[in-house]
Amino acid sequence: MRKKRTFLPETYVVLMLLLMYLPIFVVVAYSFNDTKLFHWAGFTFSWYQKLFHNQTIINAFFNSLKLAVLSSGLAAILGTMGAVGMAGRTFFGKGALEGLSTVPIMIPEIILGMAYLSFFSLLQVPFGMLTLVAAHTTFCVPYIFINVKASLQSLDPALGEAALDLGASRRRVFFDITAPLIFPSILSGSLLAFAMSMDDVVISFFVTGPETATLPLQVYSMLKMGVTPEINALCTVMLGTVFLLVAGARLFQSARKAKKGR
Amino acid sequence: MEQEVILSLENIHKSFDGQKALCGIDLTIYKGEFLTLLGPSGCGKTTTLRIIAGLESPDEGRVILGGTDVTDWEPNKRGVNTVFQSYALFPHMNVENNIAYGLKLRKVPKEEIKKQVEEMLELVQLPGFGERMPSQLSGGQRQRVAIARAIVNKPSVLLLDEPLGALDLQLRRQMQVELKRLQQKLGITFVYITHDQEEALNMSDRIGIMNQGKILQLGTPEEIYEHPKSRFAAQFIGQSNILKATVTGRDAAGNLTLSFGGGTILASGQGEPGEKVTLSLRTERVRYGREPRQGFTLSGQVKNNHYSGGMMRTVLTLPTGEELLVSGMGDGIEGRLPAGTQVHIGWDPACAVIVERGWPDEAE
Repeated sequence: MRKKRTFLPETYVVLMLLLMYLPIFVVVAYSFNDTKLFHWAGFTFSWYQKLFHNQTIINAFFNSLKLAVLSSGLAAILGTMGAVGMAGRTFFGKGALEGLSTVPIMIPEIILGMAYLSFFSLLQVPFGMLTLVAAHTTFCVPYIFINVKASLQSLDPALGEAALDLGASRRRVFFDITAPLIFPSILSGSLLAFAMSMDDVVISFFVTGPETATLPLQVYSMLKMGVTPEINALCTVMLGTVFLLVAGARLFQSARKAKKGR
Repeated sequence: MEQEVILSLENIHKSFDGQKALCGIDLTIYKGEFLTLLGPSGCGKTTTLRIIAGLESPDEGRVILGGTDVTDWEPNKRGVNTVFQSYALFPHMNVENNIAYGLKLRKVPKEEIKKQVEEMLELVQLPGFGERMPSQLSGGQRQRVAIARAIVNKPSVLLLDEPLGALDLQLRRQMQVELKRLQQKLGITFVYITHDQEEALNMSDRIGIMNQGKILQLGTPEEIYEHPKSRFAAQFIGQSNILKATVTGRDAAGNLTLSFGGGTILASGQGEPGEKVTLSLRTERVRYGREPRQGFTLSGQVKNNHYSGGMMRTVLTLPTGEELLVSGMGDGIEGRLPAGTQVHIGWDPACAVIVERGWPDEAE
C-alpha cells in the first residue's frame, strides 16, 4: 500500500526557519539599502564604509573583544580548577556546592548587575575595565564549570589509573591524560562564555566606566537616537562572524570525527 | 620444585562503606606462575587485584612484593602493571605512544623506546599498527595493545582484570592460547582474574576460587576440579551432583560406604558411621546402564534426556525421589536409553568427594 504523500513536515520546517530568520534577513537587507528610510532605494556599501570609519564603534568593539577574551580566559582557568578539584572526591555538601557553582546562570542578570554594582561601590573600586572583567569572569565561570564537569564524569577512571599504573605521578596523570581529554570541553565552555560576554548588555550596563563602553552598550546607546543603517551594517558584520565561527566549529568537529575514524 | 616467592598477600581486609569486600586474603604467588583468581562477580577478586596494583589500599594486612613491603606505596612506584578490563587505552595517543608511555616516564632513550615498541608490536602480532589510533582498532587488537603497553615495562607481576571479558567466544579462545604463549615466552608472573571457569582451567598453573571476600581453595586446575573442597567450588566449576548422604562404614577395599538414594554408595574420604556428609559428584563421572556392573550400587530410572551438541545430559530418578544429573557421550552411557528405562547406577568411589560435613540447609 502506498502511503499518501503529505508536505506537512516540510511546511513546519520552512515556517520555523522563516520565523527565526525573517527579522534578521530584514536587518541584513537594510544594511545595503541606499537610504535611511524604509523603502528600497538601491544597493550600497556606504553604511559599511561609515561603520569602519566610526572610531567610537571601533573602540567599543576592541573593548568588547578585550573584555571577552580576558574574562572567558580567566573563567576557563577558574572553572576548570573547580571542576577538577571537585571530581573524584566525595565530601559532605558536595551536591550543594555544585549547585551553588551553577546557579548564577539562572539568576536574572538584572539582579547580578545590581549586586556587582553595590559590591564594587562598597569596595570603592573605580568602574572600568577592571570591574567589567571581574563581573564577566564571575558569570562566565559556570559555563566552563558545567562543561568540564560533564566531560570529567564521562572520562573512564581507568585511564588515570592506567597512567598511574604505568609509572606516572598524579601531576603527570593530569597533564598527560586528563588535560588533553577534557580540553575540548574547556574550549567549548570558553567559546560559550566568550559569546555570553561579547553580547552582554545588562551586567555591563551596571559595572562599566565612562571610558569603557562595550559594543552592545554602544549599540544600545546609538539606538536611542533611532535605528540607523550603520547599526544594521554592524549587526550584519557580527552575524556574518557568528555564522563563520559556527560553520568553522562544525567543520573542525567533523574533521576530528573523520580522523578518529570509522 | 624450587620456587621463588614473588608476591604475597597477608591477611588482607577491605571494606567499602561498611560492606566487607575482602575478609582475610592470604595468598603466595611464585615467580613465573600463571595464577588465576576465579569467582562470581562481587566476590572480591577485582579488589584483590587493585590492592596488589596499589589502586586501593587495604584496611588491614600487608602486600609483599619481591621481599619488600609495598603496602603503602603509590601504584607508580610498584613494579607491577595492569591490563584493565576496559583496556583503558589512552584515546588521544596512537598505538605507538600508548605502548611507549611507561618507557617515556622512565626516561628510556628515544631510539631504545622505538625499538622496544616495534618488538612489542611484533610480539602481539600487530606489526605496522603504531600509527593507528585506539578508536581505529577492533576489540581484539585493543586487547593486544593493552597487553603490549603493560609488558613492555617488564613488570615483575602482570595483573590482568578479566582481559578477555569483552571479546566474543572464538576470539576469546584464540587470545587464551596467545596469552599463555606470551606468558611462557616472557616468563612473567601473571595474576589473572576471570569468572569464566573454562578460561581458568585452560590457562592457569594454579587457581584460587574466591567467594564472598575469601579464597576458598587454591590449587592446580586438576586439584580444583577433581577434589573440590567446598560445595561452592564444586558447583562453581563444572557441573556437580550434590548428594546428602550418611556414613555407614567402610568396605573391604577401604572405601567409605554411605547410605543414599535408597542404597549404599561408595566415596573417598573420612567419616564416622552415622555422620551426615555432603558429597560432590561430577556429572560426567556417573555411570549407568540396563545391566548391573561392578560397583553399580544404586538403581533408578531414566527421567529424560537432553541433547546439546557434543554432550548428552540425562536426568536419573532414584527410588527416594532424588535426581542425578549425568553428562557425557559414549563411554558409560550405552546409547540413549528412553525415559522410564530401569537402570543400574554407579561410579568410581574416588570421584565422590566430601565437600561439607553435615547437610546444607534445606532453605538454600
